[in-house]
Amino acid sequence: MRHIISILMENEAGALSRVAGLFSARGYNIESLSVAPTEDPSLSRLTLVTRGSDQIIEQITKQLNKLIDVVKLLDLTEGPHVERELMLIKVKASTGTQREEIKRLCDIFRGHIIDVTDKSYTIELTGNVAKLDAFIETLKKEEILETVRSGITGIARGDKALHI
Amino acid sequence: MELTGADIIVRFLQDEGVDHLFGYPGGAVLHIYDAIYKQDKVKHILVRHEQAATHAADGYARSTGKPGVVLVTSGPGATNAVTGIATAYMDSVPMVVITGQVPTPLIGNDAFQEVDTVGITRPCVKHNFLVKDVKDLAETLKKAFYIATTGRPGPVLVDIPKDVTADRTKYIYPKKVEMRSYNPVVKGHSGQIKKAVTMMLNAKRPMIYTGGGIILADAAKPLADLAHQLGFPVTNTSMGLGGFPATDKQFLGMLGMHGTVEANMAISHCDLLIAIGARFDDRVTGKIEKFAPSARIIHVDIDPASISKNVTVDVPIVGDVNSVLKAMIAQLKESGRKPDGEALAKWWEQIEEWRAKECLKYSTKGKLIKPQYVIETLYKVTRGDAFVTSDVGQHQMWAAQFYKFDKPRRWVNSGGLGTMGFGLPAAMGVQFAHPKATVVSINGDGGVQMNIQELATCMQYGLPLKIICLNNGFLGMVRQWQEFFYDERYSQVHVEAQPDFVKLAEAYGHVGMQIEKPEDVEKALKEAFAMKDRLVFMNFLTDPGENVFPMVPAGAGLDEMILI
Repeated sequence: MRHIISILMENEAGALSRVAGLFSARGYNIESLSVAPTEDPSLSRLTLVTRGSDQIIEQITKQLNKLIDVVKLLDLTEGPHVERELMLIKVKASTGTQREEIKRLCDIFRGHIIDVTDKSYTIELTGNVAKLDAFIETLKKEEILETVRSGITGIARGDKALHI
Repeated sequence: MELTGADIIVRFLQDEGVDHLFGYPGGAVLHIYDAIYKQDKVKHILVRHEQAATHAADGYARSTGKPGVVLVTSGPGATNAVTGIATAYMDSVPMVVITGQVPTPLIGNDAFQEVDTVGITRPCVKHNFLVKDVKDLAETLKKAFYIATTGRPGPVLVDIPKDVTADRTKYIYPKKVEMRSYNPVVKGHSGQIKKAVTMMLNAKRPMIYTGGGIILADAAKPLADLAHQLGFPVTNTSMGLGGFPATDKQFLGMLGMHGTVEANMAISHCDLLIAIGARFDDRVTGKIEKFAPSARIIHVDIDPASISKNVTVDVPIVGDVNSVLKAMIAQLKESGRKPDGEALAKWWEQIEEWRAKECLKYSTKGKLIKPQYVIETLYKVTRGDAFVTSDVGQHQMWAAQFYKFDKPRRWVNSGGLGTMGFGLPAAMGVQFAHPKATVVSINGDGGVQMNIQELATCMQYGLPLKIICLNNGFLGMVRQWQEFFYDERYSQVHVEAQPDFVKLAEAYGHVGMQIEKPEDVEKALKEAFAMKDRLVFMNFLTDPGENVFPMVPAGAGLDEMILI
């Protein structure tokens, strides 16, 4: 089962490598990982996507909780939640039809063209994994020059908040 | 008044009540050693290798419950200490390791004696710190001691760059630290405790299985109280020996790979397993599917991650085992009930049948000294009252089987990591902590040579250790596996060239003895222990063909033991 684990942790040097090190040392996998400071600069929010049986996920959350730098954590997939990923994608756009087609696709997927040259468009697109995958599928492989994805980040729905 | 970082470290250690510091100097810690020179409150012990410093601090910690403290230099000083840190981590030993680091402006420049100490040790410490500002120094040290000694204890490393030890700031001893991200649970959940006690009262074939947690939590007394009130059988892991009196008739001996028939069979047939401060290690469980197959399991541990890690349990209780055991006793009293006496009598009858097999019996025939006999005699000569450290291998298992520990903190061995070279330096730490006590170190001829240089440290500080070397000329435990599972292909286990251990001991200024005949064992031991103020190295030439029994082969269940 896929799980999104959201961690509030001390914004300190080495905290990220403690999390990453735990996963490699215990043989758990990380599908994606994103991290940045919160409104309180002493805290970081780290979101990671992993897979495993219930028993493995239980171990992962327990082991993460054991890390001294981890303040709190939440398995977002345990409840209703919103997940989003940001993608920046650079595509070939040199002919008129190409440019029109990509613009139209971009609108359908509610993306934005954020940079333009006479040969390329750079598109910003946000959504869940499936949406971003679908957009990539729609494009022809040879049209894609570069793809950058942020990894999943997420938040629980409702009033529930991961906060100290 | 402003102090240098070095002075702050030493002042802090004094204020924290640290009496022994095990270390080895070097460039990055010169300022700290200068501060040590100017005082005499914290006694520095100069070892001969940094690994020994960590093992000695470890022995000190295990035998006292106080944190062991280590000081080593950057680079190789730190890397040499890693084995000892990992040993302490696996066995949850409270330890604080201070390492020197190259000056902050040089970090990352591949400077002389620079390694990423925090990075290298990260997977084998409970936590570690790099102090970049002298203003953070005292508080970081306090955090290190707090983390090392609370919750599930473990080693904490503080890496301090040389310039930080020269910088100055005001020093106030931080009496307390609070950490929003670290609040270990102490009290167990009362509902779960109630549930557990009800299960105990209803059990027909109960079994108590305890580990190192009992020792770490100083919970031997409440464990004995609970076990006696219930009349249940008790087994200990190797880490837990001494947690329950070995001479108590409710004690079934050690369980696991080299556990007794009665302990392993009782585990295999019990209907309720009460695991306390133990972690279902693979050396304990054997094949996990065959471990306690018909039992419901109660598991008390301070570390939630230890619960349901290897074996799924029915009643998990997170908390300090001392507090939980006391709560269980109170709950038992409150219930006003007694366990099922009739069922228990039947259960004990069965256990006595297993016990009657006398699985630890060994042949005393022949002209060679049996290693088990040396341990049995040692037990007799020391009246069971010595502190015993061991190295790792066959002798460790024989010591665990044949020395009956009645008190906690008397048995010091590397259970989790299985570190050869542990026994001798660990004994030094024990002797420093208990200068008047009888301290014995049981070793094999392989492991004793891994930190043999510490005989010099023992001489420098006049440590009257009694070192037993069960010398069979083999790396015996590996040889045993090769005999059983590799068709006697003895690959690289014969230690053909050996030093003259008697002369070696004498070269370091100690007394050396060589014992070759069974009839000389007792006399030699008595003679050695009569030399109260001397270190005696006893080289026992033992039967090289002797194996450790019972043995649960890898992949087998506990009830599938190989017996003699």
